[in-house]
Amino acid sequence: MATKTEKIDRLAELTARRETAVGGSLWVEAFRRLRTSKMAMIGACIMVAFVIIAIIGPWIAPHNPTAQLWRDEVFTNRGEFVGPRAENWLGLDHLGRDQLSRLLVGARQTLLVGVVATVLGFAVGALIGGISGAALAFGGRAGQRLDTVLMRFIDMMLAMPSLLLAVSIAAVMGQSLTTVMIAVGVVQVPVFARLLRGSMLSQANADYVLAARALGVRRRRVVLGHVLPNSLGPVIVQSTLALATAIIEAAALSYLGLGNPDASQPEWGVMLAQAERFFDEAPLMAFCPALGIIITALGFTLLGEAMREALDPKLRS
Amino acid sequence: MRIARPRAAKAIVAALAIGMVATACASDRDESDSSGDSEVFVFGAAGDPAALDPSLASDGESFRVTRAAFETLLEHEPGGTELVPGLAREWSSNEEGTEWTFQLQEGVTFHDGAELTGEVVCQNFDRWYNWSGTYQNTTLSYYWQGVFGGFAENESENVPEPNYVGCEAPDELTATITVERPSANYPGGFSLQAFAIHSPDAIEAYAEDDASGSGENITFPAYSQEGGTVAGTGPFRITEWNKGNGEVTLERFDEYWGETKAGVDTLVFRTIPEESARRQELQAGDIHGYDLVAPADVRTLEDEGFQVPVRGVFNILYLGITQERQPALEDLQVRQAIAHALDRQNIVDTQLPEGGVQATQFIPDTVAGYSEDVQTYEYDPELAQSLLAEAGAEDLTLEFCYPTEVTRPYMPAPVDIYELLRADLEAVGVTVEPKPLTWNPDYQETTRSGGCDVYLLGWTGDFNDAYNFLGTWFDGYSQEWGFENEEIFDLLAEVSAEPDVATREAMYEEANVAIMDFLPGVPISSSPPSIAFSADVNPPTTSPLTQENFAEVSFK
Amino acid sequence: MLRLVVRRLLQLIPTLFGLSVLLFLWIHRLPGGPAWALLGERGDEASRRQIEEQLGLDEPLLVQYGRWLGRLVRLDLGNSVKTGQPVWEEFTLRFPATVELGLTALLFAVVIGIPLGYFAARRRGTWLDVAAVSGSLLGICVPVFFLAMILRSIFAVNLGWLPSGGRLTTGINATDVTGFAVLDGLLTGEFDASWDAIQHLILPGLALASIPLAVVVRITRASVLEVLSEDYVRTAESKGLRKSVVRGRHVLRNALLPVVTTVGLVTGSLLSGAVLTESAFSFGGIGSFIRQAISDRDYPVLMGFILFIALLYVLINLVVDLTYGLIDPRVRVN
Repeated sequence: MATKTEKIDRLAELTARRETAVGGSLWVEAFRRLRTSKMAMIGACIMVAFVIIAIIGPWIAPHNPTAQLWRDEVFTNRGEFVGPRAENWLGLDHLGRDQLSRLLVGARQTLLVGVVATVLGFAVGALIGGISGAALAFGGRAGQRLDTVLMRFIDMMLAMPSLLLAVSIAAVMGQSLTTVMIAVGVVQVPVFARLLRGSMLSQANADYVLAARALGVRRRRVVLGHVLPNSLGPVIVQSTLALATAIIEAAALSYLGLGNPDASQPEWGVMLAQAERFFDEAPLMAFCPALGIIITALGFTLLGEAMREALDPKLRS
Repeated sequence: MRIARPRAAKAIVAALAIGMVATACASDRDESDSSGDSEVFVFGAAGDPAALDPSLASDGESFRVTRAAFETLLEHEPGGTELVPGLAREWSSNEEGTEWTFQLQEGVTFHDGAELTGEVVCQNFDRWYNWSGTYQNTTLSYYWQGVFGGFAENESENVPEPNYVGCEAPDELTATITVERPSANYPGGFSLQAFAIHSPDAIEAYAEDDASGSGENITFPAYSQEGGTVAGTGPFRITEWNKGNGEVTLERFDEYWGETKAGVDTLVFRTIPEESARRQELQAGDIHGYDLVAPADVRTLEDEGFQVPVRGVFNILYLGITQERQPALEDLQVRQAIAHALDRQNIVDTQLPEGGVQATQFIPDTVAGYSEDVQTYEYDPELAQSLLAEAGAEDLTLEFCYPTEVTRPYMPAPVDIYELLRADLEAVGVTVEPKPLTWNPDYQETTRSGGCDVYLLGWTGDFNDAYNFLGTWFDGYSQEWGFENEEIFDLLAEVSAEPDVATREAMYEEANVAIMDFLPGVPISSSPPSIAFSADVNPPTTSPLTQENFAEVSFK
Repeated sequence: MLRLVVRRLLQLIPTLFGLSVLLFLWIHRLPGGPAWALLGERGDEASRRQIEEQLGLDEPLLVQYGRWLGRLVRLDLGNSVKTGQPVWEEFTLRFPATVELGLTALLFAVVIGIPLGYFAARRRGTWLDVAAVSGSLLGICVPVFFLAMILRSIFAVNLGWLPSGGRLTTGINATDVTGFAVLDGLLTGEFDASWDAIQHLILPGLALASIPLAVVVRITRASVLEVLSEDYVRTAESKGLRKSVVRGRHVLRNALLPVVTTVGLVTGSLLSGAVLTESAFSFGGIGSFIRQAISDRDYPVLMGFILFIALLYVLINLVVDLTYGLIDPRVRVN
């Protein structure tokens, strides 16, 4: 069971070791390269636009996104939908609600799901990974044992296909927005845990740590003051990518009928899953939220990839 | 181990190129092939059958398949709900409704060559009655337990007492079935697929191949999981069940006794769980028909030249109310306010397929016992508001349960229907707390055990007797409704013991009036599930009971 | 090598045991039981109790677990509550479909991804590079079920080039030998069946490939870039070796190592994707079966499946390790 995870560790270790070698100037250097990267710029622009919409969406929405204001004009049973018109720029959805307003308001919900799920995955994952890494590197025999137990647990989570894990969590907890966030977040836990642990292990053998320990600095200070801060790089990059994954996974849960079902809060994944039924009659209804999801996810992914590349010294041109 | 050389890579590229060329050629050839030999009719089903022995099944997908191969003593008229002769050309009962005598058709042959006689009918009934062990599990004998009660020797306290007494065959073509007490289940129950008549030889073969296992280890007997052993009298015989592909194949039975012989050589039921996938396969020409068409697709399909015949209605969608859970709901005025608040016609107009109607009572108008004189509750938000005010329930909060990820024949899109109803309730000042649950099993468990204030549920009838609807809900106290009303309970108890069909009808009308006065829930609509066929077939007569006879299908 | 394999399998036992205990508790905590799933609208309290009694679900969890473990020792995974068939049979029936689908997706990912990544690296910074990278990233950003819907709508419904779903066209009677539709056709000489199966694999394969494709492109690109800057490549080039030799023998082979690892790593995510793809294309594999089993609370199926996945996961990693040896003699296992 160890091989795959050993490899992740090894990769993290390699990345981390290179970082240390370059030292403090790495972050400055990385930021400089990030600024010149087209990918990063596109990604950042998308991200900023998305966040702005998510914040001001409810104020600029032309109509109430949940009121079925035009419900007498839409006949889903006859496949009669209302497309774009002066009053509703993107047409109506299947229950006679303004599509544009739903999209604008939905951005916030979508961002919320992504951020909360990622933060959750990050927090729990980093906690487990951090404890595990610190225990293994500085905890002696007992630490080793603790690490084994924790990592076996993470292995089990990794072995289970992420979507099935999310589905079963959603099944246990019932359907709500919280469930979606937790289900999507839990899936990210093992990735973060593995990454941080690997990264910490490589830091533990770095010269400055050995020096600090030789000077008699206490273990707790070494871990919290030196090893941990220096190990966070790859984990932070990962969280950008995880945000994109979270948004997509939330949409997948909706497609499987386990998404956030509360209609008072429109959310892109739910909108897409519901519009999928009417794809032939009203493709725009599915395309709008789908494009929203795709562009947003792409923005986060581009930024994350660019950061990863910028932090990777061996790819310096 | 040698290392792959670039030459190998070249070989792979070459192979791929050849493959692609072959692709292009083959696809041309494919298309010219397919037009010639299409005597195979493929029907898209939403789920796999549970078993090919209808006696063991209780679900529509199994019965759809077995109905083409098995026949019952009584059948329903094509396109209607009236009982007509099936394997029995005549039937009658004694005055008490405890002895049912069936005169069988002459010259009926089973798929394996055996002849239908009164003895054979009795053999069938005795087989069900004498079931033991795993067969006594509700999973395997749901309908027997529901219609005829328990078994010769009940092995668990949870199994009901048997109502079946015995079966006799006074002559070659007569069978008399005796039951303990009369019931509204007779004679309608004799038309259930679960009581289709099997060949005597097949029954012997079944016996060797018992359902086995105990505890959580229930196995359907092997014969019911493959084609070949099961044998009935229908126009098709089941030849193969390919589980990997989800396909059941049936071949025309040439010695079929009846007039409607199979119009195609081969009939295939293919499982395609996703609704949109079924539609696209029909559009792509991969299947010739499918059931449970989404209402939104009906127009599209018709415009593209597909046939979408409209079925009669035989189901009810209702808003269930659990009175016990909310004291306010025990107030009749509050329930009336809810009924007046709901714009049910809007749901019929915008959500339900063609043929859907607003419901006025808990049975559709195709069922005998439908009353024209029930109290109706028109859409009137102002009246609803004033009723709420009178009852002192202006700040009513309702927990509204609805199922997700499911489509039922009576409810094509539960979430959308919920949304519309929620908006209606909120418009009259009711606060709605949504409680979405997955259909299996959370939703059913929660609603049945009275875990919601209001909820959406429905019912599709098995046969034309109002008891099959009303009795399911109102024959006594139940958690899901959470009320005691002796008048209604007594009326239904009386009717269930009444053997005369005509008298029953009048009593049902009375019961419907009483129920709608009490308003335990709000009947919303009856709507036929849509079925679609490609342009090049003659479709079967659609049935409100969704019991289409696939023998009627042929290619134009 | 044999010792490695055995050791890996032995390591698996404690993990699987822990996993099975945890999962048993977890799965049985799912609200509701299989009873309602079996009964549908026609269920009531009495029949639910009857079913639970008959299934032994009213006994203490520990007893139930003991019984399950007892059967497992005899290599019996139990029967599906829903279909009444042995879990093992249900798996062998459906697993080949998923394997076929997964392999097709991997094939697409590798065949498209490696050249794309390679050329992106060679032409780093050009439009080709940007297009290849963003294009493959776009792939992971499109929800798989939406991609499936669009692919099917274009190629199956509107153009009619490919079948819209299923594994085989109805009416093509393929002899079942291994359960792998493509292979069966080849073995029995029913090439039309093989061909038909391949056609059915293309669209779902493409939809599913969107996940590994991005990873393969990215890793290939990064790894080629790294190798290109190595001294031995410069040496080889300055020695005047032919370009094709340098590329094939030096660059590509050395760059492939991380790619192989990655392909192994994405197998898990392929299974997740398979749940969605199989649902969207009504492709009767293990993914859609398990999805159904979760909502039916089909305990034996779920337990069996998860153990099965854990086993598979180890085997895939083992295969990845052995493949290492093929590509890079330095890490060949002894």
